[in-house]
Amino acid sequence: MLGKGVVGGGGGTKAPKPSFVSYVRPEEIHTNEKEVTEKEVTLHLLPGEQLLCEASTVLKYVQEDSCQRGIYGKLVCTDFKIAFLGDDESALDNDETQFKNKVIGENDITLHCVDQIYGVFDEKKKPLFGQLKKYPEKLIIHCKDLRVFHFGLRYTKEEEVKRIVSGIIHHTQAPKLLKRLFLFSYASAAQNNTATDPKNHTVMFDTLKDWCWELERTKGNVKYKAVSVNEGYKVGERLPAFFVVPTPLPEEDVRCFQGRGIPIWCWSCHNGCALLKMSALPKEQDDGLLQVQKSFLDGIYKTIHRPPYEIVKTEDLSSNFLSLQDIQTAYSKFKQLFLIDNSTEFWDTDIKWFSLLESSSWLDIIRRCLKKAIEITECLEAQNMNVLLLEENASDLCCLLSSLVQVMMDPHCRTRVGFQSLVQKEWIMGGHCFLDRCNHLRQSDKEEHQRQLSLPLTQSKSSPKRGFFREETDHLIKNLLGRRISKLINSSDELQDNFREFYESWHSKPTDYHGLLLPHIEGPEIKVWAQRYLRWIPEAQILGGGRVATMSKLLEMMEEVEHLQEKIDERHHSQGALLAEAPPLLRSSARLSSLFPFALLQRHSSKPVLPTSGWKALGDEDDLAKREDEFVDLGDV
Amino acid sequence: MSLLRGLLGMELIGTSVRLFLDFQEKLASLDMRNLRFALKQEGHSRRDMFETLTRYAFPLAHSLPIFAFLNEEKFNVDGWTVYNPVEEYRRQGLPNHHWRITFINKCYELCDTYPALLVVPYRASDDDLRRVATFRSRNRIPVLSWIHPENKTVIVRCSQPLVGMSGKRNKDDEKYLDVIRETNRQISKLTIYDARPNVNAVANKATGGGYESDDAYHNAELFFLDIHNIHVMRESLKKVKDIVYPNVEESHWLSSLESTHWLEHIKLVLTGAIQVADKVSSGKSSVLVHCSDGWDRTAQLTSLAMLMLDSFYRSIEGFEILVQKEWISFGHKFASRIGHGDKNHADADRSPIFLQFIDCVWQMSKQFPTAFEFNERFLITILDHLYSCRFGTFLYNCESAREKQKVTERTVSLWSLINSNKDKFKNPFYTKEINRVLYPVASMRHLELWVNYYIRWNPRIKQQQPNPVEQRYVELLALRDEYIQRLEELQLASSAKLSDPSTSPSGPSQMMPHVHTHF
Repeated sequence: MLGKGVVGGGGGTKAPKPSFVSYVRPEEIHTNEKEVTEKEVTLHLLPGEQLLCEASTVLKYVQEDSCQRGIYGKLVCTDFKIAFLGDDESALDNDETQFKNKVIGENDITLHCVDQIYGVFDEKKKPLFGQLKKYPEKLIIHCKDLRVFHFGLRYTKEEEVKRIVSGIIHHTQAPKLLKRLFLFSYASAAQNNTATDPKNHTVMFDTLKDWCWELERTKGNVKYKAVSVNEGYKVGERLPAFFVVPTPLPEEDVRCFQGRGIPIWCWSCHNGCALLKMSALPKEQDDGLLQVQKSFLDGIYKTIHRPPYEIVKTEDLSSNFLSLQDIQTAYSKFKQLFLIDNSTEFWDTDIKWFSLLESSSWLDIIRRCLKKAIEITECLEAQNMNVLLLEENASDLCCLLSSLVQVMMDPHCRTRVGFQSLVQKEWIMGGHCFLDRCNHLRQSDKEEHQRQLSLPLTQSKSSPKRGFFREETDHLIKNLLGRRISKLINSSDELQDNFREFYESWHSKPTDYHGLLLPHIEGPEIKVWAQRYLRWIPEAQILGGGRVATMSKLLEMMEEVEHLQEKIDERHHSQGALLAEAPPLLRSSARLSSLFPFALLQRHSSKPVLPTSGWKALGDEDDLAKREDEFVDLGDV
Repeated sequence: MSLLRGLLGMELIGTSVRLFLDFQEKLASLDMRNLRFALKQEGHSRRDMFETLTRYAFPLAHSLPIFAFLNEEKFNVDGWTVYNPVEEYRRQGLPNHHWRITFINKCYELCDTYPALLVVPYRASDDDLRRVATFRSRNRIPVLSWIHPENKTVIVRCSQPLVGMSGKRNKDDEKYLDVIRETNRQISKLTIYDARPNVNAVANKATGGGYESDDAYHNAELFFLDIHNIHVMRESLKKVKDIVYPNVEESHWLSSLESTHWLEHIKLVLTGAIQVADKVSSGKSSVLVHCSDGWDRTAQLTSLAMLMLDSFYRSIEGFEILVQKEWISFGHKFASRIGHGDKNHADADRSPIFLQFIDCVWQMSKQFPTAFEFNERFLITILDHLYSCRFGTFLYNCESAREKQKVTERTVSLWSLINSNKDKFKNPFYTKEINRVLYPVASMRHLELWVNYYIRWNPRIKQQQPNPVEQRYVELLALRDEYIQRLEELQLASSAKLSDPSTSPSGPSQMMPHVHTHF
């Protein structure tokens, strides 16, 4: 290990608070400088990747046992990533390195993963933007995947500091042209390797055949047909080239409003009910044009409102559900809770952890998404109704809810290939604007859009169409859906009762993991996804514990059972033949941390982590706190 | 129809009223539940019913025996034999050159709330002990709870020193602590963990108590662990009850949970125990733990630290021994804290200290799902019978009282129930690891409310389905056993064939032991 020195204070509640910035004592640097150049790790470039700038003698801080340790190395910036080249990896044993990401290393940050860059000037942390007048002594990078990197620049040559800091800022913040995104240079330089095993094939939904296959799989082909009217994107760019609509719907209708106002099929339930989505018609002021729209919709609704189609329940997601702004705001607050700079910050926020979590409202949003998906599931499954999701572009909350419903209802979507196909169908082909929502081109800082795994969370510009859209829905329901749907209006109590009954009756029965699955949505049941959000925080790591402990026991047992099975088979085939030795067990579970496989073992010793800040005022219980335990009867025993 | 509660102005509150299994009317035991009974308007029987109920629910107030003394259940295991102090100390390697077993408290003369058998430093005579006892609250002198098998550092427990306002000193006590410090030949200081918040320890001087000051105890280092008293804990649990019954808070669940402070208390207790365990495990120094009287917070800290340090206590029987030793024999006042059969539910002596300990154990078992032989059901069963009075295990405040009442002769032990059905209480993932020290992470990020215990009576919160990973694992275990058996049969068949032409018998017979070594 080179350039390693222990800095900062020790643990324990009485220990002095570790200061925000800690540095290796200067005398240690000179002794190690030679080694740095000798042991330097080489930079691995992907095909098409180019080195842009670099700086040497950069110190990367590693949090360990409530002190910070520094590792010297080189900080580089390429057109794909920021990478730190140190000698840290030698400390990891084979068990851990076998789960290493081969493209993005432990010390690599892809440019698009950078969330926020801070500079430390005289122990003060400031966000860095654009042209800098003064260069920081320390660089803190917060990543979108919630990693936090600290790079000390105090021992780096001034010229190199300027080059690397401005390079990193430029390449992570300046607007980008689509064609300049790294994946294009990668794709042209890398070997195109498309050979896939047909058995483990992700359905891409980019051919008519794929949609027909999906229709057949869900038995939706009785009432729905795949159309190629948008082949070559002749009708609209937002629509996929191929998609599915109700069989009697004339293909010309799709052309009328570039696919808007058309019920598009997502998925069919075993009872024949379908989940549909529709994007709103363009907003018009002109009465004549509005009349045209109205009669168009009349026609559409007549088509899907007579048998063999079931009653349609319309879910207007633009007005009756979360706004994209809500989701974006909540996630911004929420992620901040996990971007933790040091141990002190971790323990300071620990005391008020639950109220911090609640004030982000992220978990409440998750619950509302799950609840809405269960409501839709109830309509499809228990009420035998079709559900039509309405949204301005049908490409945000529609994607979210239709995929959640399918995960709950369709066991195929819970297989790896099935889930990949689902993402392809609902999100990629469904036209979710990843480029905008993730702001890959960094169009402007204010319009930063976020996406959060299967919950793509977006910020939309305030929607002028929303008012219209709500009217539109009322209009649809009252005028077009007529008697058949009217009982659904103004009966939210009844809906709530149906929901409760459905939810509670499902949970009171034993679970069939290959059938319908409903999540728990009560307050105590919605928890932070610890393995994702806490994975980079050393303080939150449970050595040898967490769910990985049971999972690896399960894997070991599966291995053992398989091995026994092989032995039995061999005995049947060739009696008395010598058998192969049992393969070594996968790994020792005691060595793994709860954050496995995301984070590698970050603490090398088995010292416990101890909270460094203690008790918060009890408030109204202060009187009790002052009382003595046995205040009633001293000496009764 | 009318509610009993409304009619008679009486409240049946889960935490304060314990119903027990009565031989005439089977009423389930309860905790964290509100039971309301509606009685038909048919007149006279209503009052009788209520009287019968209160009489049997609070037998002590009506000079009736607790049900445990009437219970005639028979089990094929006798739980009273689980804990034998001599054997447990022998398991720890005691007595040794530095520690001896003393019978000075045989008739509970030295300390009436301590067990008969104590382990003390070899170099301290019985007279020394008597003199030390005068300086410790309720004569609860420092005695050994646990010794590290390798570095020989110890966990010692006691009550607060009787320092008082004037700052009294006691040479014998000071010398005694020094003798303890020297038992493992460490030059370092003895670490004293006072479980109380600093201010409380200071305040306790006014009532004759206090803490070990630097000037008097040169070779000791004192830390306060900031754990609050029994009253704070009781109020905190009351608040937990309020947020889970009758309705479980939904959108403000987290802030409501935070306002109960329950998990904060759990965090502090665990943090304290981790510090005790770490000090001993790192071999840096022996540890002395006390609070005020050394029967509430002290028991929590020593038993949790022992659970972290010694994997034996993570087995079913080991845990029973731990409870029996650190809690029951060392005089945790179960009768006062729970109020068995007593109707005075506003009694300020009541407090969920033992429940809090079990909650801490549950938190640990959540963080280390393969480290404990027992499952969640085991912990819930213990808590159920903490209140049920079906067994004698948790009756009375101390060993001397239990002996007087002949509890072991006249009642059944809870461990009889558990040990005769052990399979029901086993964790399939359990992996025995001898010298592994477990340090849970005492962060709110990992602590959670024990829903399956605190909210199990609320119909809105459905009992969790069996964990699918566990289910799958149990299936695989069964499959493995089946395969092993089939393989054995196949091997027997083939070796029978092979033995005819008298070929080498080594092949198959070498294979099987290899397979077995995994298990």
